[in-house]
Amino acid sequence: MIRIKELSNKISWREVAVWGIVVGLLTLFLSLSDFLKVLNERVVIPDSLSLSNLVLLLPTFIVPFGIALRSRIQGAIDWTSFITGMLITIVASIPLIFLFILSHIANELVGNVLPSADSIWSGIVSFGNAGDVVLGSISLLLSFVVAGFLGSVLPFAQSLKIRRMGAFAGIVILYAGLMGMIASFNEREVIRDFITLGQLLIIFPPLIASYLVTRQLREEDIHPIAIIGSGITVGFLAIVPTIIILILNQASDDSIRNILTNINRDWVEIITFDNRNDLLLGSLLLLGTVGFAGLMGTIIRFIPDKIRRALIYGTALTLLIGTFGKTVTLILQEHLPRETLDTLMRRETLLQTPALILFGLGVGGSLLGMTFRQRSEDFVGNMAPRQRNVFRTSLFVLFVGFLILLPLLIGRALSDVAVIVGLYVMMGLGLNIAIGLAGLLDLGYVTNYAVGAYIGAVLTSTGPQGIGKVIMESLNSMGITFLGDNFSFWAIVPIALLAAMFAGFIFAVPVLKMRGDYLAIATLGFGEIIGTLAISDWLKPVIGGAQGVLFVPNPNFFGTDLKDPEQLYYVVLVACLVTLFVSIRLNNSRTGRQWMAIREDEDVATAMGIDTARAKLLAFTVSAATGGVAGAIFAAKVGTVFPNSFTVFVSINVLSLIIVGGMGSNPGIVLGAIVLVGMPELLREFSDYRWLLYGILLIVMMIKRPEGLIPSQIRAREMQQQRRRPIGAGD
Amino acid sequence: MVRFMGRYFRDFSWVDFIIDALRIIIILLVVIGSANTLLSGRFTFEQWVSLFVAGLAQGSVYALIALGYTLVYGILLMINFAHGEVFMAGAFTTVFLAEAMNRSGFLNEHPFLAIPLMILFSGTVSMVVAILLERIAYRPLRGSPRLVPLITAIGASFFLQYTFRGLYGSGFKSYPTVKALGGTLQIGPIGIPIVQIFVFVVTLAIMAGLYWLVERTRIGKAMRAVSEDKEVSRLMGVDIDWIIMLTFGIGGFLAGAAGVINGLFRPQGVNFFMGFIPGIKAFTAAVLGGIGNIPGAMLGGLFLGVIESIGPNLVLTGLGVPGANQLKDVIAFTMLVLVLIFRPQGIMGERLSEKKA
Repeated sequence: MIRIKELSNKISWREVAVWGIVVGLLTLFLSLSDFLKVLNERVVIPDSLSLSNLVLLLPTFIVPFGIALRSRIQGAIDWTSFITGMLITIVASIPLIFLFILSHIANELVGNVLPSADSIWSGIVSFGNAGDVVLGSISLLLSFVVAGFLGSVLPFAQSLKIRRMGAFAGIVILYAGLMGMIASFNEREVIRDFITLGQLLIIFPPLIASYLVTRQLREEDIHPIAIIGSGITVGFLAIVPTIIILILNQASDDSIRNILTNINRDWVEIITFDNRNDLLLGSLLLLGTVGFAGLMGTIIRFIPDKIRRALIYGTALTLLIGTFGKTVTLILQEHLPRETLDTLMRRETLLQTPALILFGLGVGGSLLGMTFRQRSEDFVGNMAPRQRNVFRTSLFVLFVGFLILLPLLIGRALSDVAVIVGLYVMMGLGLNIAIGLAGLLDLGYVTNYAVGAYIGAVLTSTGPQGIGKVIMESLNSMGITFLGDNFSFWAIVPIALLAAMFAGFIFAVPVLKMRGDYLAIATLGFGEIIGTLAISDWLKPVIGGAQGVLFVPNPNFFGTDLKDPEQLYYVVLVACLVTLFVSIRLNNSRTGRQWMAIREDEDVATAMGIDTARAKLLAFTVSAATGGVAGAIFAAKVGTVFPNSFTVFVSINVLSLIIVGGMGSNPGIVLGAIVLVGMPELLREFSDYRWLLYGILLIVMMIKRPEGLIPSQIRAREMQQQRRRPIGAGD
Repeated sequence: MVRFMGRYFRDFSWVDFIIDALRIIIILLVVIGSANTLLSGRFTFEQWVSLFVAGLAQGSVYALIALGYTLVYGILLMINFAHGEVFMAGAFTTVFLAEAMNRSGFLNEHPFLAIPLMILFSGTVSMVVAILLERIAYRPLRGSPRLVPLITAIGASFFLQYTFRGLYGSGFKSYPTVKALGGTLQIGPIGIPIVQIFVFVVTLAIMAGLYWLVERTRIGKAMRAVSEDKEVSRLMGVDIDWIIMLTFGIGGFLAGAAGVINGLFRPQGVNFFMGFIPGIKAFTAAVLGGIGNIPGAMLGGLFLGVIESIGPNLVLTGLGVPGANQLKDVIAFTMLVLVLIFRPQGIMGERLSEKKA
């Protein structure tokens, strides 16, 4: 707490008076010089801030800075020097304000005595509000206070704590620029005419960094002044690497982009807020933005917990809806008339007023939610076991009902995305049996997908590669006619399933004796072999080589072709639910426990009498099955099968969603598929950087949260246990 | 023989049976294919020799990369899956230096000064990438379950690929051709491109340097000690973290050198994805030679290069497979799987891998 009386005793009023008058007169003198009027041409923020304003504020910044620095060096971090600095700025603003008001009241008198105090001058000192005495004076005072605030807070930055976070945020911003993310994300406006995704990419790293620094410093009971100073400094530090590259780029006459392709005009334009030609202004604006972000990150931490959380939820909600503006538009246009939609979104971008309302809703909703949360938890907690079962079942039924109605809610384009997500959910659940349950890192999962797709395509295709017709003709000639003249999709599903299981079995036998990383590399090798074979001339007569298999018919359901995504969705949904069911049952079965035993220690499992070879074979075979079905559905959905759909990327994609969701956790995998497969489909900006983000996600998850977002309990325990082993123990 | 068969059938296991059957089928395929090709006389002796030499040149690149796998494996018992990307990092970055040298004429005026410079530069870039990789991604995971660092390495591999794509763009870039290495050396009827001989010689020189470093210096001694037993060498006063970092660095340097060497004789050019396949192949080479074994990795690399160069023409053509050279990678990957199945300890039979296999 600040005790005002104590403080006023500590403050050296003489210092305030002397420095205040010195700074005030200096500023007054400066403002009347010609030098400032020349600088006024260079506008930093239109209608309010020019370079001359900043120069004018320099003394008010430097003097409090020096005073604060002195007290920092003396080791006293408290309010005294801060208050002193602020008082100095207030005192220092008096001469200017006085002259400004005087020039308004007695225009001619001032004009005669001081000819340089003309309209340009009053424009400068009033920060663009020359016409209004009150507003002008207030903005003058406020600007002085802000400059003084910065000056008296910055020296207290806790250097050791901030350096790391600042550097980290700095690398993130620079990296995003080098990768071209800032320029590419900038094309998506989150809130119309207000902020773009690219700008968020610049603002968020310093914001989060200073938020984290603040949390750490608050835990250590550091003085608030020091914390605020640290937060702003983190923000400033975060832009240093970017500014260095910016200057280098200017110095080298834009030739950096011959090597670093993304250090181009677009980047410079966004980074400097459209001041490509004036690097100084651009850098200043950038510095101001990140400094402000740093300050915000700090201030959020000082807000009481409940309100802070509500504010964060509100912001997150608004930004999410804004970012996925396109998706939201697609959903809304199914249900709302055009005119209503136009009041909310324009060109798939959230408008400002709806954004504000959304923010309010988010804040209010989360405040309400926090109140009711405890009560609902009590409600569920107090239920009798039987009641709870009923409750859970009804929740599940509601969820399935929601899934059934989903295509009606989200429309065609998003149903298509849902189909793709569904295919990956199936594959994720399948591969999870090998990786999550049995601990066998299979990097060749694409093999099963390819087998299913090619079997399905070759057997049903009406094109040159289709052999279904040939088989059926020969069957017909033998008098078996009830099967029709070509394979139907529904016959293909079990065939693809069996074929994939067979392939899984065949590829599993040779690798049964391998463990860990050798197994991973061998399966990766299988995947590559299959990929190369699919594209080769050797197998071209059968599966079409690089041209692929064309004319694969859509599934036919009692006479209707299921070619719309809304219809295919149900095929995938049923397949997913069946897979989920099987997966849950396996998880709790004797075989499932055998797998887990193998995962935890193969030698012990053998010693306990588990036939490891059999169990592993079973894991590979069962895991392959869903891949095959997914492949068959994929072939029927797309209508053509090309070898370049079956690269190592499919395997890695499935692996990533399992890792992110949580190995061995079914809900985790569904979430992983929605996030990792759905998001790139919904947001082009993400899909460009999909593999980069997957790479980062895999590393970060393994280091920070190896058990995944929604971990299965057993797996989490295992991971945590092993983590505690001493460092340096390789095996 | 009878007793052996008796034992075989008493302890009969389907897995062993299938693996043995696989073994026999593969041997038969190789024998039939080679015999067919050789008897048909489709290729002349000169062609075989030039294929062999080209294989050696390609194999030296694999060998240099394979050394990185082996060094790291020897110390951490971990497959640095992203090592192929370390190779790419050096090769891709050095293209710009090579282009600049080519523009200024330095490359063709002093080729034997420029090429070592390029190797040094590329090696340094790769070294930095490898050390950062170890520091950021692998060090926090030491001592976690085996799958964890492997998955991290896969992530790191993609991260590096797409980072370099972001940095330098997704297009292909080519190393300039060096005029001094342009001709062919005529030995009787056989013409061998000078660049292939040069590549081979440079690789041998680098490997000799590595051998000296590992066997004759204090650092090498410390590295060998750490790979023998971490705890004991720590007690003997070896700074484990430093040695591990150094190992990654040396492996990275070799991979970077391989990047330049690869660029000298392969006209396909470099791009961000160039490291993936050579990475897996070099891993195959490392396993072939017995992972953890330094001379083994060298031999394994050369061996794999030759197999890959001769194999498709020798075996697949004989079996009547069209477009055999398309299946080069299949040969290499089949080799990988076969080695992992039948002889995971490699040709040289390294002690380390027996612990694992």
